[in-house]
Amino acid sequence: MQSKSRQDIIVWLIVLALTAVAVVLNDDLGVLFKYPDHLVLPLIEPMNQGMRWFVLAFGWFFKAIGWVFDWPILFAKTILHAVPWFATLILATFVAYRAGGTGLAVFCAASILYMVSFGFWPQSMNSFALVVISIPLAVAVGFALGTWGYLSARAYRVIMPTLDLMQTIPAFAYLIPILLLFGFGTTVGLVASVLFAFPPMVRNTIVGLRSVTPTVIDSGLMSGATPSQLFWNVRVPTARRQLLLGVNQSTMASLSMVIIASIIGGTNDIGWEVLSTIRKALFGESILAGIVIALMAMILDRVTNGFAMRGTPTDERTKQSGRRAWIICGVAFVAAILVAQLIPLLSAWPKAWVLNPAPAMNAALEWTFLEFREGLEKIKQIAFFFVMLPIKLGLKQAVSPYTWGFAMTPMVIAIYAVLVLIPVALLAFKRRIMQAIWLALLGLVLFGGLTGTAWVALCAIVIVLGWQAGGRGLAIWIAAGLGFILASGIWNPATVSVYLCGVAVLVCFAIGGAIGIWASENDKVSTVVRPIIDTLQTMPLFVILIPFVMVFKIGEFTALLSICAFAIVPAIRYTEHGLRNLPHDVVEAATAIGCTRNQLLFQVKLPLAVPSIMLGLNQTIMFAISMLVITALVGTDDLGQQIYIGLGDGDFGVGMIAGVGMAIIAMIADRITQNISRNMQAKLGLRQENLA
Amino acid sequence: MSSSKTGSSAKLSCRNLWKLYGPNAASHLSDASRLPQNGGDAAELAQNIRDQGGIVAAADVNFDLMEGEIFVIMGLSGSGKSTVVRCLSRLVEPTSGEILLDGQDLLKASPKELIDFRRYKMGMVFQSFGLLPHLNVFENVAFPLKLQGMELQERSARAERVIELVGLEGRESSYPSQLSGGQQQRVGIARSLAVEPEVWFLDEPFSALDPLIRRQMQDEFLRLQQDLHKSIVFITHDFLESLRVADRMAIMKDGAVVQIGRPVDLILKPADDYVREFTNDVPWELILTAGDIASDNAPPDGIKEVPADTKVADLLPYLAEHHGGVAVRADDGSKNHMTGQDLISALASGVAKSAT
Repeated sequence: MQSKSRQDIIVWLIVLALTAVAVVLNDDLGVLFKYPDHLVLPLIEPMNQGMRWFVLAFGWFFKAIGWVFDWPILFAKTILHAVPWFATLILATFVAYRAGGTGLAVFCAASILYMVSFGFWPQSMNSFALVVISIPLAVAVGFALGTWGYLSARAYRVIMPTLDLMQTIPAFAYLIPILLLFGFGTTVGLVASVLFAFPPMVRNTIVGLRSVTPTVIDSGLMSGATPSQLFWNVRVPTARRQLLLGVNQSTMASLSMVIIASIIGGTNDIGWEVLSTIRKALFGESILAGIVIALMAMILDRVTNGFAMRGTPTDERTKQSGRRAWIICGVAFVAAILVAQLIPLLSAWPKAWVLNPAPAMNAALEWTFLEFREGLEKIKQIAFFFVMLPIKLGLKQAVSPYTWGFAMTPMVIAIYAVLVLIPVALLAFKRRIMQAIWLALLGLVLFGGLTGTAWVALCAIVIVLGWQAGGRGLAIWIAAGLGFILASGIWNPATVSVYLCGVAVLVCFAIGGAIGIWASENDKVSTVVRPIIDTLQTMPLFVILIPFVMVFKIGEFTALLSICAFAIVPAIRYTEHGLRNLPHDVVEAATAIGCTRNQLLFQVKLPLAVPSIMLGLNQTIMFAISMLVITALVGTDDLGQQIYIGLGDGDFGVGMIAGVGMAIIAMIADRITQNISRNMQAKLGLRQENLA
Repeated sequence: MSSSKTGSSAKLSCRNLWKLYGPNAASHLSDASRLPQNGGDAAELAQNIRDQGGIVAAADVNFDLMEGEIFVIMGLSGSGKSTVVRCLSRLVEPTSGEILLDGQDLLKASPKELIDFRRYKMGMVFQSFGLLPHLNVFENVAFPLKLQGMELQERSARAERVIELVGLEGRESSYPSQLSGGQQQRVGIARSLAVEPEVWFLDEPFSALDPLIRRQMQDEFLRLQQDLHKSIVFITHDFLESLRVADRMAIMKDGAVVQIGRPVDLILKPADDYVREFTNDVPWELILTAGDIASDNAPPDGIKEVPADTKVADLLPYLAEHHGGVAVRADDGSKNHMTGQDLISALASGVAKSAT
C-alpha cells in the first residue's frame, strides 16, 4: 500500500514537471505543443470514397428497405390524419386514464386541445406517425437481441460493448450514414429512430430476464415446462415490469430522435416547425411548437411508464370492468368519428379559430430585451470573460486590460504563481502530497487554458488519471483513443468540446449538488424538484435550447446554459439518492452518538454518499456530451459543429471522425469516473447500485 | 410417527449420487476403482477432490424412499441437502449416480421423458415459494395443469380441489403479493399437489415462515399426509422440525450422509459426535416412547396398561402419582414393567451421553 502510493506520487510529480515545462516553454515545444498538420492521417477522403463505393454497391438494397418502410409510415400518417382529432382525443384520453388515472387523462386531453387550437395538429401527427411505427420495430429488435444476449454468453460479450459505443456516438452522427444510404425522406427519421431507440430495450430485456429468481425458474421446471413454455410463460411474464420500462425508455429515445432527424428537412413535422422558426428567429412560434414536443414527450413518458408501473390487476372484478371500459371507449371512438362528420369543427379545426399569440409574444420579448438588455449582456460578459475564456484560452490570453482591467505582465504572472504556490505549499506541509500536486496541476492548466496547453501535457494528465483509476489496461485504451483524436486532426475542436463540457459539468455539479443536498434534507424541496428534473430528462433536447436562444441569442454562452439545464438532472438526482439511501444503521448510530445536523451531513452522510455522487458525475458528463452535440445549432466551434457540418454537406468522413472523436471523449470520461466510483465503493464496502 | 402406514417397497432410490462443481468436475470420478460401489472409500475420495480444488456438494449419497413415507434430509446450510433434492428432480444435473423412480433411472431419461416425469409424477415446494407474480392464486395452482394442456374445465375442478385442501378457498383471485408468507406457501403446496404427484419434494418449505405459523403449517402438513399418503422427501435445517415430521431421516454433513434412521434411533444411538450435537437440545421426553425405556421385567398385575408407542411426556403426570408404574404393551401383545425410576435412568443416561 505504502509503496503503491509512493509510486503514484512519483508518476504524478513527473506529470506535473512535464506540464510545468510545457506551460513555460509554450510554443517553443514545437510539434509537442501543436500536433503537426503533416502528421494528420488522411482519413477523410478514403472514408468518403469507401462510403461512395458502398452506396454505389449496396445503395439499391437500402433504397429497397426504405421503400418498404415508406408504406407503413404512409399508412400510419393516412390513418392519423383521417381520424378526426376529436376521436383521437377520446381514445388517447382513455388510454391515459388507464395508465395514470384522472390527472393524466385531463392533462392528455388538454394537451391535444392545445395542439389542435394552436394549429399544430397535422405536424404533430406527422411526427407521431414516425414514433408509432418506430417503437414496435425498436422494441422487437431490442427484445430479440436482449434475449440472444441473455441466452448466449458470447453474444452478451459482443452486444454490450457495441451498445456502449452506439449510445455514446452522438445522435447527429447517426444521421450521416443513414442519410447517405437511404436518401432524403421520412425513412431516415424512422431508421435513425429505430437505431437510436433499440439499445435501451436490449439492456432492459437482459436485466429483466436475468432478474427472474432461480426459485421461480425451478418451480416452472418442476411444473413440467418445456423450454419454450419456460421462456414465454415463466420468464417473460415475470420480467414484465422491466421489459415495459424498456419500452418506456425506447419510446422516449424514439421521439427524441424523430425530432432530431427533422434537421435533415423535407418533413412537415413538429421538429421541423421548431427548427425552421428558430432559424428565422421567430421565437414566439418556436416556443409554441416546442411546447407541443414537450407535451408529447410528457404524455408518452407518463403513459408508458404508467403501464409499466401498474401492478397486475388485483382481482377478477377490476379485470372485467377493465374489459367493459375498453368496449365503451371503442363505442365512443366510433361515435366520435360519426359525430365529426356532422360537426366539421371536430375533425378539422377552422383556420380562423387557430390561436396565434406568437406575434404578441415576439413583441413582448422584444420589449423585454430593450428593457433588460444591459443586465443580460452584463451577465453574459461576466460569465464569458471571467469563467469561460480563462478555462478555454488560459489566463495568459484571457487576461487583458480590455476585460480584466490589467495586462498579464510578468509581475501579475508572479503574483498568480505565488497565489497558487501558497496553498500548494500548505498542503504539502500537511503531508497531503497528492492534493498539493493536483492543485499545482490545476493552476498550471488554468494558466495555459485547455486549448492553449501543449497536447503532450494534457494527454499525460488524462492517461495517468486513467492509469490510477483503472490500471494499465485503461491507460493503454485511453492512449489509443487520444492517439486517434490527434492523428485524425480533430484535437482542437476536441479541446473546445472538453472545455464546454467541463465548464458545464463544473457548474452543474456545484449547483446540482447543492440542490441535491437541500432536497435530501427537506422533503418539500424534494417534491418540488423531482417532477422538474423528471420532466427535463424526458424532454427532447431541441426543446431545451429554445428559451436560452431566445434570451441570449446564439453563441457559446447559450450553448453552455442549455447544456447545464439538461446535465444538472443527474447531478441533483444522484446526490439526493445517494444521501437518502445510506445504510440506515450508520445514520442512526451517528445520531445516537450526538451528531448535530451539520456534523451528520458533512462528516457521515456526504462521505458515505461519495460513490453515488461520483456516479452522478459520470451521468452528468454523459448528459452534457449528448446535449453538447445539439448545441452545434447555436454556433459552437467544437466537435459537435464538425458533425453538424458533416451532416449538412453530406460529408461522411468529417462527420464520422468527429462523431467517433466525441464517442472517445465520452467513453474516456465514462470509464475513469466509473472506475473511481467503483474503487471508492469497494473501499467503503458498499454495494454497487445503478439508477438510470 | 409410526412406521405402520409406510409401505415396504422403495418408491425412489438414490444410489451412489455425486455432485461436483468446478472445472473438469466429472474427471474426478473417472477412476472407477476408487468409487465406493467398487470398494473405494467415499470420504477419502471426497477429500481428495477437495484437495485438488474441486467442490463436493454431494458425496456418494444413498437412500431409499419408501412408499408413503416421510423421509427427512436434515443438515446445516452448505451440507448439500438442497443439492440432493434438486438432483432427485434433475433441477441440478448429478455428476454420477442413479436415481430410480419405480425402478426407472431418471438420469437416463430423455429431456422429453424428464418433462413428463415432472408433469405427472413429481411435485415440489420451495423455501421461497417460487410463485409466479403475474398469476393469481387460482392461476398459479392451475399453472402446471395448463402446461400439460389440460382442458379448462378439468383444470378448474382440480385446482379448486387442492385450493380447498390447503384452506385457501375464497382467495382464488388474490395475487401472491397480497398474501402473507404462510398463505403464499399454501399456494406453493397446492400447486405442487395439483398434478397429484406420486413423490413430493419439500425443500425447507416452512423455513421462511414465523415460528408460530411454521408450527401450524407443520401440523397441517401432517394432516394432509394422513389423507394423501405421498412418498415425501422433506428438507430442513431444523432438527426439531425433522423430529416432528419424519418417519425416517438422514443427517448430512459436507455432502455426505452421516446417519440414516428413525429419529429415535438417531437420538439413542447417534453415529458420531456430529449427530450427538443435534440431539443435545432435544426434549427427550417428547421423543422417547414407553417401549424405548420399559424394563425387561414382567409387570405386576392390576396396574395401568399403556401401548408401547406412548410418548413418555404423556406418562409423566401419571408416574408422579403412581409409584407402582405402568405396564407397557408391545405390538406383539407382550408386556413389560416401567416405573418412574426407569424413566429417570433413561433421561439421565441421555444427559450423561450428551454431556460427553
